[in-house]
Amino acid sequence: MRTDAIPPANAAGPGMSPAPPGILPEPGKVTTLRSRRSPLAQPAEQRRILADLRLQTAVGEEASFEAAIAAHGHACLRPTRLEYYQINLGQLCNMTCRHCHVDAGPDRAEQMMSDEVIEDCLRALDLTDAHTVDLTGGAPELHPRFRDLIQQVRERGRHVVDRCNLTILLIPGFHDLPRWLADHEVEIVCSLPHYRQRNTDAQRGRGTFKKSIAALRRLNAAGYGQGDPRRRLSIMTNPSGAFLAGNQRAMEPQWHAALAREHGVTFDSLVALNNIPIARFLEWLQDSDNLQEYMTKLISSFNPQTIDGLMCRKTISISWRGLVYDCDFNQMLHIPCRDAEGRPLAVRDFEAELFGRRPIRTARHCFGCTAGSGSSCGGALAG
Amino acid sequence: MSTYYQSEHLKQFTQIAEGNRELADKFFDYYNSVFREGSLSGREKALIALAVAHAVQCPYCIDAFSQGCLEQGADLDQMTEAVHVACAIRGGASLVHGIQMLEHVKKTGM
Repeated sequence: MRTDAIPPANAAGPGMSPAPPGILPEPGKVTTLRSRRSPLAQPAEQRRILADLRLQTAVGEEASFEAAIAAHGHACLRPTRLEYYQINLGQLCNMTCRHCHVDAGPDRAEQMMSDEVIEDCLRALDLTDAHTVDLTGGAPELHPRFRDLIQQVRERGRHVVDRCNLTILLIPGFHDLPRWLADHEVEIVCSLPHYRQRNTDAQRGRGTFKKSIAALRRLNAAGYGQGDPRRRLSIMTNPSGAFLAGNQRAMEPQWHAALAREHGVTFDSLVALNNIPIARFLEWLQDSDNLQEYMTKLISSFNPQTIDGLMCRKTISISWRGLVYDCDFNQMLHIPCRDAEGRPLAVRDFEAELFGRRPIRTARHCFGCTAGSGSSCGGALAG
Repeated sequence: MSTYYQSEHLKQFTQIAEGNRELADKFFDYYNSVFREGSLSGREKALIALAVAHAVQCPYCIDAFSQGCLEQGADLDQMTEAVHVACAIRGGASLVHGIQMLEHVKKTGM
């Protein structure tokens, strides 16, 4: 534990809680790696740090993800069936969360998907039978073509998921969005690390919890989170620190009870996700001297039962630049899928058959998805 | 021994089987069964364990169950309340003996 990270008890104002141990005291002051010109803004530097760590397995061998899956009969990971078509619309966000794996923030308006790439995405979507289009970012709602894209996807009969940070719904210009999303039967997967203020504000910035509750009430008022399959509201929780996500099935009743009792808020399901050690979460792990221990924890918690359901096996992830990846984390680390010539695969050159046969690219960050109950965009994979 | 309480000992706990495998297996089997979800949730058991860890002042258990509580979805407020429960019981256990003292004084004094 880093005692120097804990502010004195009187540091916070009246009614404000001091930050918990291990979480730095000024969460409101988080800025993007890119704006600080941090070496970690470079994906290659992040890959190097993870590859160079001295990490051993229980039997004393150098830990590698490829060896871990090979020991369970997978020479490499292969796709199963493409189900989720994930489009990352860009890295612009109204928030700057401490753990963000995208290094998103308000200063990233340049990194947004162009009209041309959006058309390429829709053309490639028609070549697949993915049942769900998953919109993420940044805050995907900030993209000027967000609503238009949803309409075009819905016309194609595909289900749409909006990965929503909640606070965006309180910004002027977005007040009608809950109703609009409800009318278009868009599923909302929203981020809320904890049903109490402390951990939520520590990770996502001071004041976020209150705003998130206000946004959840607006979603409830639009018909979300009340058991209607056309207005599904899932809450996505990830740990506020260097520990694994809890068992989502065991935690869900507790979350329902706490949010209903304390805030009168309802939702449909809880999704628990591990933090992947990249971008700003990697920076926090380094700064708080937790990196070695966290990676050791991920590796020692390797659960082979997660392999069958890994999201990279049923997902395509497309970047704002129009390149194709196995998952959003590979996207942020710039580990693209390759075309037949070994070049980064562009969505405009997408071929469903070739894509369905590709080897999935893995590295040490992948231990984040196989640790404990496992982790995917849909939450736990086992247990 | 140059120092007591080395944090690596927590990870090496299962090596206690070296002197007696059968008893160690029985203990760890029992231990794992105790912490399975039952009538009490995993979070409730982890909070009880955290409180007991403070009462028995075991640094290994405090590390293990601070992590365990967080992983089970408890937060610092809940964990601090659990530690205060341990503290209150320990303090109360001392203080309630004061009645014995009081009786003694009353019986013996004038």
